[in-house]
Amino acid sequence: MNYFGELFFSGLTRGSIYALLALGYTMVYGILQLINFAHGEIYMIGAFTALIVASVLTVKGFSSIAILVLAAVVAVVYSAAYGYTVEKIAYKPLRQAPRLSPLISAIGMSIFLQNYIMLAQTSDFLPYPNLLPPIPLFNRFSNIIGPSELSIVLTSAILMILLTLFIKFTKTGKAMRATAQDKEMAMLVGVNVNRVISTTFIIGSALAAIGGILIASHTGRINFYIGFSAGIKAFTAAVLGGIGSIPGAMLGGLVLGLAESFATGYISSDYEDVFAFALLVLILIFKPSGLLGRANNQKV
Amino acid sequence: MKITAELKKSFYIALWFILLTFPIMVIRVNTIEQIVIWRWVNLLYVGIGSFVLSFLWQLFLKKKSRSVQTIGTKPSPLRRLLYEPKFNRPALVVIAIFTIIFPFIFSHYQVNIMTTALIYVMLGLGLNIEVGLAGLLDLGYVAFYAVGAYSYALLNYHFGLGFWTLLPVGAILAAFFGILIGLPVLRLRGDYLAIVTLGFAEIIRLILENWNTFSFGPSGISNIPRPGLFGIKLNSEQSAIYMYYLLVIFCLLAIFVVHRLKNSRIGRAWNALREDELACQAAGIDKTRTKLTAFALGATWAGMAGVLFAAKTTFINPASFTFLESAMILSIVVLGGMGSIIGVVIAALAIILLPEYLRVFSDYRMILFGAVLITMMIFRPQGIIADMRKKYESHKTSGSKIKGIDQNG
Amino acid sequence: MDNVLEVKNLTLNFGGLQALDNVSLEINKGEIAALIGPNGAGKTTLFNCLTGIHKPAAGDIILHPPQGKSRRLNNFKINQITTLGIARTFQNIRLFGGMTVLENVMIGRHCRTGAGIAGAILRDKSTRHEENLIVNESYCILEKIGLNIYVNDLAKNLPYGAQRRLEIARALATDPFLLLLDEPAAGMNPQETKELEDLIYSLRDDHNLSILLIEHDMKLVMNLAQNIFVLDYGEEIARGTPQEICRNPAVIKAYLGVEASAEYN
Ligand SMILES: Nc1ncnc2c1ncn2[C@@H]1O[C@H](COP(=O)(O)OP(=O)(O)OP(=O)(O)O)[C@@H](O)[C@H]1O
Ligand SMILES: [Mg+2]
Repeated sequence: MNYFGELFFSGLTRGSIYALLALGYTMVYGILQLINFAHGEIYMIGAFTALIVASVLTVKGFSSIAILVLAAVVAVVYSAAYGYTVEKIAYKPLRQAPRLSPLISAIGMSIFLQNYIMLAQTSDFLPYPNLLPPIPLFNRFSNIIGPSELSIVLTSAILMILLTLFIKFTKTGKAMRATAQDKEMAMLVGVNVNRVISTTFIIGSALAAIGGILIASHTGRINFYIGFSAGIKAFTAAVLGGIGSIPGAMLGGLVLGLAESFATGYISSDYEDVFAFALLVLILIFKPSGLLGRANNQKV
Repeated sequence: MKITAELKKSFYIALWFILLTFPIMVIRVNTIEQIVIWRWVNLLYVGIGSFVLSFLWQLFLKKKSRSVQTIGTKPSPLRRLLYEPKFNRPALVVIAIFTIIFPFIFSHYQVNIMTTALIYVMLGLGLNIEVGLAGLLDLGYVAFYAVGAYSYALLNYHFGLGFWTLLPVGAILAAFFGILIGLPVLRLRGDYLAIVTLGFAEIIRLILENWNTFSFGPSGISNIPRPGLFGIKLNSEQSAIYMYYLLVIFCLLAIFVVHRLKNSRIGRAWNALREDELACQAAGIDKTRTKLTAFALGATWAGMAGVLFAAKTTFINPASFTFLESAMILSIVVLGGMGSIIGVVIAALAIILLPEYLRVFSDYRMILFGAVLITMMIFRPQGIIADMRKKYESHKTSGSKIKGIDQNG
Repeated sequence: MDNVLEVKNLTLNFGGLQALDNVSLEINKGEIAALIGPNGAGKTTLFNCLTGIHKPAAGDIILHPPQGKSRRLNNFKINQITTLGIARTFQNIRLFGGMTVLENVMIGRHCRTGAGIAGAILRDKSTRHEENLIVNESYCILEKIGLNIYVNDLAKNLPYGAQRRLEIARALATDPFLLLLDEPAAGMNPQETKELEDLIYSLRDDHNLSILLIEHDMKLVMNLAQNIFVLDYGEEIARGTPQEICRNPAVIKAYLGVEASAEYN
């Protein structure tokens, strides 16, 4: 039971990070039908930016709570700016191009950003300080779940609730849903589609940055390559839940996190990534519409 | 007047990039010793670089939108050089002579590099069948390359089989893997196909890395024999030259075969599939079968290239078969021009040789690949040398007879 | 009279939308029939069922080829149906834009030819012969359709009317006995429409085709069709000769708007 509980909570922790990242994939896919391959890199950039800001502030002697807040804010703002810029450079000129063109461009962007970080920063693993403050309230749960894990799960949950409310009730959220459903129609009724797309990238990237900070604090190290496998896994989560569906991305993230945790715990930890990739392959082959997505009939 | 507006825009864009890249480009922290290094000069580079690039970007975007209509009306000088017999005959002779005497005028080291480049020519041509001709974006092409390399290394290790026996075996096993992977995934839409092939390739690499008893794990397999030449013993320099000639022959074979396939009934069906899947089926083409053929034939070349690679380096490990390798081969196809044979050959040579001879390229190699993929898609999706359709001429004298004239790359 | 195609009680829904509701029709051999109805009536959807793109939820599609035995088409794949002898065009033109006009037609010959990989690589005598045959036959079709001036142009660069005709040429290249045309005159000027009318007649007569066409241009339909089927909201509301359809009150009711606009054409 104890081992089971441990695996369960570790799965929950991973799962909520995957869910945060998967939201970015699913929102972009919903609107542009594009796999934003560079999304994993945005997450990595978020983690790096937070690390840089935190280190500078630490040297300058700031308090830990100020460091957390400033690092998180700067990372979120910067990641959002990167996401926005990536869309403007690599995807916007290709709106009318054949479907594979923006995908190839996205792969290019992903490679570009990875190497940009590697060249400008370092190719080594950097130790990552735990930015998450110890919250005394959480200690009473410490026998089942560590405090930083609890903060990850809670932060993710809060963000997902906020996002759901945003999409449901704000004007921008409604415009996003309209655009996802039918771009031409949305344009006809006066939705500024370009702005909606930018907003989508900004929100997705901001969530990715928070995911980056949370997971890097949790694992304690980063390098320029962490975005690649995290990105594919989050994409798996998005597909698992049903790409284009926001609750689907959350569910998919949790299911993937748990599945991965149990598989590594009970079967073998050598094949950690194989499980996720195999799951991706299996879903795409057998149920490409995912758990909550609807099968769509191609219009002729 | 207009140019000042553009300059102004470039200025703002440069400002944006200075802000955007500030933390990453300027600050560098040493987390262990708690030292912060400020590299202010980088801001200058970013500013100037992004100003110039954004100006050029706008210029090219405008040029592109203006020239959409005129594409292909007037042959460019490069195109004439390639396709007009007057120019391309002598060029071919020069290239042929150069290729033959290459190992005798250049060093051992350079012959080795050229051999590697030729392996990528083969890989590029193979992937060109899948991506360029059939429009199947395969992000896991390196898996077939790995299958070829490991089948040579392992079957040789366990059963002592030789290179010439295992070359076809590697090719067939790779084709078999192509079909095995292709059967379930080829129903998928283009972008899902890309991700699934990527997933498959990563699974294969991770298995090679972790299944020590099967593949010797990350340490790989060494002492793979070089190919034999009628039992003659070759020293390492001679065998490098032998390897080089072998690859020249295989590249010529690949060029020949891909060229023939491209201008055949099957090649046309691939193209049609790339253009419009549904219309293609409605025109009576079996989608699954046609895609599988493309996948298997593409994989075959990767399998052969894998065997040749293992024989050349005499050592392989999973690190040679990462996603980056797939991305590099994809860059070759995209840069060369999807479907264009000459383009892919030139791009493969450029992408492998430039970094060897120009330091700038070797430091910034991967970041340049990324940039190449993006800019090619935006400004020249047809590649450096666009594929040209075969033209048919009609001789309407004797009962409507038409002859094909071949002028493809 | 013998029919080549029989559709019985065909039903299909997209989620909650009843796109086809118990539709039945027959196409006689050598006949030109028309399928009409307001926008969104389910005409294209019916074509999609007939050609295997959508799988009907209920009902039968039965093909009676001039030679060979009858078959139920419900579970056939798209390309199998084409090979059996039904060819179609698309309402929103779907050509292979990056390929030449001739190549577009040559693709249609694919299912009637057989060169394989070995043939392609070795290019032996029979492959070369087959390839020449494909080129010549395709060229003849283009000549017939009046597109031979465009042979080596890219399909996407053709004028609109020519693209519509190229769709027909490609369909014709598959050697069908039943041709389904989805709004072949859409976007054509009166002159082009007149030429199209003659073309459709000559196709039927020279190639022994049966033709089912969807069309909004009532004049064209009345001129061409011997038999008309009317769909509205997925239901068949009328069938009969052009004279009968003109007088049918249900059709007039469903069609009032479209009928009025047809007079401007
Ligand atoms: N793949 C699909 N998924 C969902 N609904 C569809 C699909 N294809 C068609 N429909 C719907 O089915 C109905 C019938 O469409 P269909 O295209 O058959 O109409 P149509 O009679 O051809 O009209 P038009 O004259 O405009 O071409 C429409 O309401 C359409 O929106
Ligand atoms: Mg229609």
